[in-house]
Amino acid sequence: MSTSTYRWSSGVLRRIGLTGRGIVIAVPWIWLLLFFLIPFIIVLKISFADTRLGVPPYTPLWEWTGENYLQLKLNIQNYLFLARDSLYLDAFLSSLKVASVSTLFCLLIGYPMAYGIARASASWRNTLLLLIVLPFWTSFLVRVYAWIGLLRNNGLINNVLMGLGIIDEPIVMMQTDFAMYIGIVYSYLPFMILPLYSNLEKHDNTLLEAAVDLGATPFRAFLRITLPLSMPGIIAGSMLVFIPAVGEFVIPRLLGGTDSLMIGRVLWDEFFSNRNWPGASAVAIMLLLVLVLPIMIFQKYQTQEAGGGGHR
Amino acid sequence: MNGRRSTFLLSALVFGFAFLYIPILSVIVYSFNESRLVTVWGGFSTKWYGELFRDRQMLQGVWLSLRIAAVTATGAVFVGTIAGLVLARFGRFRGRTMLAGMVTAPLVMPEVITGLSLLLLFVAFAPLPLVPDQRGFSTIAIAHITLTLSYVTVVVQSRLSTMDESLEEAAMDLGARPLKVFLLITLPIIAPAIMSGWLLAFTLSLDDLVIASFAAGPQTNTLPMMIFSKVRLGVTPEINALATLMVGVVTIFVIAAGVLMARQERLRRRDVQMAQAAGGTL
Repeated sequence: MSTSTYRWSSGVLRRIGLTGRGIVIAVPWIWLLLFFLIPFIIVLKISFADTRLGVPPYTPLWEWTGENYLQLKLNIQNYLFLARDSLYLDAFLSSLKVASVSTLFCLLIGYPMAYGIARASASWRNTLLLLIVLPFWTSFLVRVYAWIGLLRNNGLINNVLMGLGIIDEPIVMMQTDFAMYIGIVYSYLPFMILPLYSNLEKHDNTLLEAAVDLGATPFRAFLRITLPLSMPGIIAGSMLVFIPAVGEFVIPRLLGGTDSLMIGRVLWDEFFSNRNWPGASAVAIMLLLVLVLPIMIFQKYQTQEAGGGGHR
Repeated sequence: MNGRRSTFLLSALVFGFAFLYIPILSVIVYSFNESRLVTVWGGFSTKWYGELFRDRQMLQGVWLSLRIAAVTATGAVFVGTIAGLVLARFGRFRGRTMLAGMVTAPLVMPEVITGLSLLLLFVAFAPLPLVPDQRGFSTIAIAHITLTLSYVTVVVQSRLSTMDESLEEAAMDLGARPLKVFLLITLPIIAPAIMSGWLLAFTLSLDDLVIASFAAGPQTNTLPMMIFSKVRLGVTPEINALATLMVGVVTIFVIAAGVLMARQERLRRRDVQMAQAAGGTL
């Protein structure tokens, strides 16, 4: 009797997906659904609300009016405002520009480094990799802060340059776009190097040797063989830098000038200074729309890497 | 190797590492500066460390952030390991693509978006039972778990995909139940990945300013929030001392973990080789 009861109930449980396997799958699935996906739906909802004084500082979207009417109010004012006020468009464009230029510089500095590490002798390779990863483990805030001490008018760089007699007056570097670019490239460089390295490390050296044997110059062999083969690494690294850099807040706030227009900063001020939650939500939704394509490219690479990464 | 090429790569490495390390080293050096002014070297002194340890507010911030980071890392390891296991070992199931997408998206999502969306969730659900109506420790921890579990998942998943499935299959064939296989075989194999995932989640949580600012209530001040509000006013030697301590602790931990993992890996390789040799003689 007990076995038949067990069979019967386990059959029912299985039908509704409550097998051991199902429960294990459900744990991360439900967590991410609840705390990653549903929040975006709420952001979308609130981007159509109106601001008001009170807690929470936005109007509800639907209300029961009278007996049988559910009134739905969609306020598209927030989006119209984004389109009309040139501040937002400028902030979006300048964020995209800053992120693209920073990504390019990360690539220019990071590629030779990743290549150099991949070509280093095995005993050196782990040490060099550790040195790349170490700043990544150190506080991001502290690393950005470190640049303030270097770039200020009476900071280390100006002191050294003036001590050497190269300049007479300090160069103003803090609170300029230059400082902001330095900060972003510096902070995101490890994110560029690591995927590039893990790609370059897998390359078959005999291909290059064959090309050189057939008369190609080393530079040409690099352009025709190594560079195309490392495209997945370049794309992954670039996306890892570009996407978060577009929405960066801390670096423009600490190193950039007061006039540096970055969309992450606009969103932050809209939310914390103006207490305009619906406005901030509309900015977030627009930012997401801009980033959907890069995020999808990154995901495609990431799933390929995770799925086909059975060899080393 | 071509001589010119290796010279170029070597100088790229030297330049790159100088770029990465000079700022950190300058903070460490100036933390021992007697003078408050960064321009003047007033002699060696540890007085800023003393100042730091007398700053009660700062110490409270450190303690709060450490507790949040520990809870975050533990929670993220729990959910993230399961996610990594599911993605690497469970084959195809309904909702797999969706899970993979939800795991990788937080890795690149700008922090302001994640922070804002989580705050709006907490506010929207605050009237419901079981939901903390005061924002603070628990909401920051939930937000940080969501952010960091992706990193744990990626680390665990990539470890599992480089591992042979045959050990687990053999145990199953011999009649072990899935839970037992997991505890006795899979878990020891992925233990190094879980450990580095825990450390990674811990540091990311300890470091996060943006998401915590959104998820925190008005009374909650984590360490990064305190650093941020001090740094906005300019460089202070006290922050130099704090930064040096943080860099020091992290360096020791990362190097120790690296050495430990390398040793573990060597032992495992040796075991595998011995097993294979034994198998060959049979």
